[in-house]
Amino acid sequence: MRRMTWFNVTSLTLGFAFLYLPMLILIIFSFNESKLVTVWAGFSTKWYGEVLRNTAFLDAAWVTIKVAFLSSCLATVLGTMAAIVMVRAGRFRGRTVFSGMIYAPMVMPEVITGLSLLLLFISLGMDRGVFTIVLAHTTFAMCYVSVVVSSRLVSFDQSLEEAALDLGCSPVQAFRLVTLPIIAPAVISGWLLAFTLSLDDLVIASFTSGPSATTLPMKIWSSVRLGVSPEINALSTIMILVVAIGVITASLINKRNVVRQQREEAAAEKLA
Amino acid sequence: MALDVFAPWDDPNAKPLIQFQNVTKRFGDFTAIDDLTVDIFEKEFFALLGPSGCGKTTMMRMLAGFETPTEGKILLAGQDIGAVPPNKRAVNMMFQSYALFPHLSIWENIAFGLKRDKMPKDQIGERVEEMLRLTRLEKFARRKPHQISGGQRQRVALARSLAKAPKLLLLDEPLGALDKKLRQETQFELMDIQETTGTTFVIVTHDQEEAMTVASRVAVMDHGKIIQVSTPDVIYEAPNSTYVADFIGDVNLISGKADPQGDKLHMHWAEGQPAVVGSPLDGATKGQDVHYAIRPEKVSISAEKPENAANAIQGEVHDIAYLGNISTYHVQLPGGQIIKAQSANNRRISRRAFTWEDKVWLSWTDTAGVFLER
Repeated sequence: MRRMTWFNVTSLTLGFAFLYLPMLILIIFSFNESKLVTVWAGFSTKWYGEVLRNTAFLDAAWVTIKVAFLSSCLATVLGTMAAIVMVRAGRFRGRTVFSGMIYAPMVMPEVITGLSLLLLFISLGMDRGVFTIVLAHTTFAMCYVSVVVSSRLVSFDQSLEEAALDLGCSPVQAFRLVTLPIIAPAVISGWLLAFTLSLDDLVIASFTSGPSATTLPMKIWSSVRLGVSPEINALSTIMILVVAIGVITASLINKRNVVRQQREEAAAEKLA
Repeated sequence: MALDVFAPWDDPNAKPLIQFQNVTKRFGDFTAIDDLTVDIFEKEFFALLGPSGCGKTTMMRMLAGFETPTEGKILLAGQDIGAVPPNKRAVNMMFQSYALFPHLSIWENIAFGLKRDKMPKDQIGERVEEMLRLTRLEKFARRKPHQISGGQRQRVALARSLAKAPKLLLLDEPLGALDKKLRQETQFELMDIQETTGTTFVIVTHDQEEAMTVASRVAVMDHGKIIQVSTPDVIYEAPNSTYVADFIGDVNLISGKADPQGDKLHMHWAEGQPAVVGSPLDGATKGQDVHYAIRPEKVSISAEKPENAANAIQGEVHDIAYLGNISTYHVQLPGGQIIKAQSANNRRISRRAFTWEDKVWLSWTDTAGVFLER
């Protein structure tokens, strides 16, 4: 391994400080005894208790989880289907346009996505609420899922599916028995990604929700406008924890598969 | 004594298992298979041989059902299989990449096709055990594909494709990923298994030695057409074109003008050189362009001009390749052409009779080579 020079150490420290110092401060102050956010008055976990007794927060959390679960499931199905078409269908008319359009929501400003969805829902005369947020989150999360799944499918040996057909599977069976189990890690990490994206979205949810449905980020945002409280800090810390667990699990699932395969291949080399 | 030779292709009453009838396959503007007609018989070990891009893989994929012919018909046991999807065909394929299912154990890989057929559990177990014994994989049944070696994976792929007892087994470059020694061993194993199971095998390969070793008949392909179909010895000794002669083994090719004389054909090929004499070519007229193909091992090399040799040319040793069992001499003729002559090294560490720049005589009989029209 290369030795760490002072330059490397400094840039690493500064980089991580820049990324994580704000969050660290938030987490520290969530354990603050004092009601005043910026004055340290000793360690306490009482604000966590407050959060768990606040029904407005709990309702918002429930809405958020419902939305995140439903939209990530829908996004996973649609995103996986899109990925299969992109990787498998070869060259069809309009393939380039289609592949460009799938990734467009990733770079599209959220305000525009949110606004256009809002206009669509109004023109369709849909009541805005949990359902519309789910639809909105599905549209932008599915492109992330399709990116994750298609990167796995590219390295997927298509003759595996042909072998399944050759051995008597119908195309649907071949997908269920061979393709899906092999790309499952990518599909699962796509789902987790979609789940966390939905969990912390504020802009699109604000545009597409109605009075009946308030997500947690929306609730936090509106309470912060009345002043930051330690309670919000505690709540945010919980959200950081949930998102971190989701992202870390997703990357671990992928990584563990790679490592296990390498180890088993190494073992096979020894046997041969 | 009549020897019972397996040669259904010579029997006019034999029913072919597979018939390609004027099959053409186009991908856009590219013609992969060009108006091809061929019969393959039951219990044959049929090799499709050719350089990459000659259409041999397309032919195989049409048999498996992954491609459909643009024109023409493919019959399996007399029935048109053009519209039958791959999962409904009594044809199985062994893939070049083996395509073993990485998430299933060896046992489950072999049982995969049987389970799709809804075979009773105990029968599946029996059949899988039988396949494991046939391919000597009993010890590896519980392993996953990436926990075994390349040669073992190859045998799993074979066992899996044979498990359903197909009428026809397709093998796509089955030994391509193995090293030379293992490949040779496996070739003989394949032949044994083919004989034991009595299955018809169609193998695709670009390795001419492999095709010659395993096949009952070889089809040499080029640009979507079959140039010649015949037994390995006919392909080697009586190629029908310079393409086949050059593709299979080592060959010397000389071009010249035909000159039929009695029951022999003479070919004038260079000023001041004696004509090459050989068996006649049907329909060759005086002055026609013809080619003469002769294998290096049929050319003798000597210091003195041999008496009574039908063909004898003097030249100079240009290069010597010592291959252990044989030596190949590259002899340059006065016109600059190089003729290869092989001699067997049947004595151990004997002194070589010739060395670089020696004047030598090359000679061969009048039946050693063949005249070719193209």
